[in-house]
Amino acid sequence: MQAFITSNKSSLNSGESSTKQTTKKDEKKNKKSIPWVEKYRPHTVDDIVEQNEIVATLKQCLAGADLPHFLFYGPPGSGKTSTIIAAARQLFGDMYKDRILELNASDDRGIQVIRDKVKTFSQVTVSSTRSDGKPCPPYKIIILDEADSMTSAAQAALRRTMEKETKSTRFCLICNYVSCIIQPLTSRCAKYRFKPLSKEMMLNRLKLICKEENVLYEEKSLDVLVDACGGDLRRAITCLQSCARLKGNKSLALEDILEVTGIIPDHYIIMMFEVCRERNFEKIENFVEKLLSEAYCAPQVLEQFLELIISSNDLTDIQKSHICEKIAVCSWRLQDGASEYVQLLDLCYCVINVL
Amino acid sequence: MSLWVDKYRPVSLSKVDYHKTQAEHLRNLVQQGDFPHLLFYGPCGAGKKTRIMMLLRELYGTGVEKLRMGHLNFQTSNNKKLEIMSVSSNYHIEINASDAGIYDKIVVMELIKNAAQTHQLDVNGQGEFKIILLNEVDKLTKDAQQALRRTMEKYIATCRLILCANSISQVIPAIRSRCLSIRVPSPTNEEIISILMNICKKEGLSLPTELARRIAEKCDGNLRRAILMCETCKINQYPFDKNQNIVEPDWQKFIYETASIILKEQSPQNLLNIRSRLYELLCHGIPTEIIFKHLLKHLLKNCNLSVKKEIIQVAAEFEHRLHRGSKIIFHLEAFVAKLMLIETNFITSYMCDILEFS
Ligand SMILES: Nc1ncnc2c1ncn2[C@@H]1O[C@H](COP(=O)(O)OP(=O)(O)OP(=O)(O)O)[C@@H](O)[C@H]1O
Ligand SMILES: [Mg+2]
Repeated sequence: MQAFITSNKSSLNSGESSTKQTTKKDEKKNKKSIPWVEKYRPHTVDDIVEQNEIVATLKQCLAGADLPHFLFYGPPGSGKTSTIIAAARQLFGDMYKDRILELNASDDRGIQVIRDKVKTFSQVTVSSTRSDGKPCPPYKIIILDEADSMTSAAQAALRRTMEKETKSTRFCLICNYVSCIIQPLTSRCAKYRFKPLSKEMMLNRLKLICKEENVLYEEKSLDVLVDACGGDLRRAITCLQSCARLKGNKSLALEDILEVTGIIPDHYIIMMFEVCRERNFEKIENFVEKLLSEAYCAPQVLEQFLELIISSNDLTDIQKSHICEKIAVCSWRLQDGASEYVQLLDLCYCVINVL
Repeated sequence: MSLWVDKYRPVSLSKVDYHKTQAEHLRNLVQQGDFPHLLFYGPCGAGKKTRIMMLLRELYGTGVEKLRMGHLNFQTSNNKKLEIMSVSSNYHIEINASDAGIYDKIVVMELIKNAAQTHQLDVNGQGEFKIILLNEVDKLTKDAQQALRRTMEKYIATCRLILCANSISQVIPAIRSRCLSIRVPSPTNEEIISILMNICKKEGLSLPTELARRIAEKCDGNLRRAILMCETCKINQYPFDKNQNIVEPDWQKFIYETASIILKEQSPQNLLNIRSRLYELLCHGIPTEIIFKHLLKHLLKNCNLSVKKEIIQVAAEFEHRLHRGSKIIFHLEAFVAKLMLIETNFITSYMCDILEFS
């Protein structure tokens, strides 16, 4: 570890003579080496796409209205963290560092920290002018990102502070599942749901990035990409970048998109149904093994299989409902860590039973 | 003398034996420094680790091959000391965070923060960022995975993560959203055969294709195991014979025997017997998932067709319970007891049928 940390000293020495001239170049290079997701993270509230309600509210706040406590919730990659950070930067400018306390799941957020750190920070009152004389809001913001992982004891400890210090501090809680936050906290906040981004908005954003980065694309491939990412813009941008790089020539190919997003080729899913129909146990076992040795992930199999079942024309509604129920059970079990092999077999045998 | 597995491990992305297009893609991907975090996933022995090492070499040159073993020390919030093994070079550090059990969150956090803060030392272009390689992310606690989220984003300019997992169904969506997932399928039997043939050729040995095929069929798509098996064959008997015995792992035989015992006799006495066998497997550190899978496979192969469905159903249920509960042996045993019941019911109903018939 020590060596790992100090290792660059040698390179420091060797590079020293040229440091001065290269600083500028390095800066440029540093910029370049940031992945697109970070490069295209919204810098202002205006850059946020889709989430109209919260954007409107924040704009009012920027224009001088008072800020309530916020609770943001929604699936990964819908812009929660970006939104509050962009807003805070606009509100406080270069005083950002003093006015914001950002705590996320990587920080210790036990009761003790809530009692000490958060409380002390929130009790400090701040003035309503910046150092350069311009006005700015007379409060601080405490961002509790990824609040899903806070224990309910720690959340309970927050209640009092939140109520008492409204004069000087605003809280912003962010989580994926609103059910992870205790009721007394949710009732103190203005709740905003971040929807999975709509297809159009994602397409627009991706096209913009493609243009900036000189990536050639076909409408069709972008369509597939957006469908596969299901409203997660971060994932879409990452996949876009990777696809553009894979071949080295900055153009998107359909098969790369399928590969990068982990979508299982349709013929596997159709085959899964076919082997079940044949009622050949040995074939089923072999098929499941093949599927897993290809490293396709079981939840994805379930998802695509579900689509196939629902859209199928030769199954009765009763049959469909039985299979769907089994898919639900298997998916739940997988979430608890159950073996993919056993669960997929179970599903296949259930399908046989139903047919 | 090193084992064949190590001796013939490909070191550069241009020299892989299979998944060639993927290797080509990986090379293009890292050509510019702005690639995202990566998440490699695939079954055991499919070559994930080999690919990661090749990728590092592509990025930093042969310097990454000078590896050092080290110990990292951590202190938990209740003052417990932890020691974790690490492997590192000047450019990367590799750890198995799940070794820390429920304290894995601390390990993950400290490591990333340490690595990220050393960034300013570096002005040379080459080491703009460091790589942290985390093995078995699917075994990390949910807490540790949560802790990775914002940190991964914050320090992205100074350190990239490469995560490695057997299956991504246990990786939380928020992490998956932050990484580029790279699927590494097992090599096909044909690929395994050709690799074995190649190795033997380089060793100056002649390997009958038939034997290579048998090895490929027995290794479960695990290339490492295939090469080890092949080397063992060579030690046991050379010149090769196409029908020679291929040594299977002891535990596998043991599990198969256990399955046969279950099917042979159903009694409390036998259940006790099975129990001690299960304990033996667990004591030897065989992962429960493996025990379950092989037990089931063998049972399915040897049981009567009409009870297959029931066995699968029960297996799926008990295997799931095993992950929710804490004592593994309870659930394994309950599963065996249930199997015996199914088997007994089947035999009695079968007998009844015969009696009625006559
Ligand atoms: N509404 C949006 N407008 C513009 N960009 C977005 C939006 N949502 C997501 N992005 C893109 O996705 C990236 C990740 O967004 P962000 O970090 O805000 O997600 P999040 O909602 O906090 O996700 P998580 O729940 O995983 O923390 C951003 O860097 C940005 O590029
Ligand atoms: Mg976030």
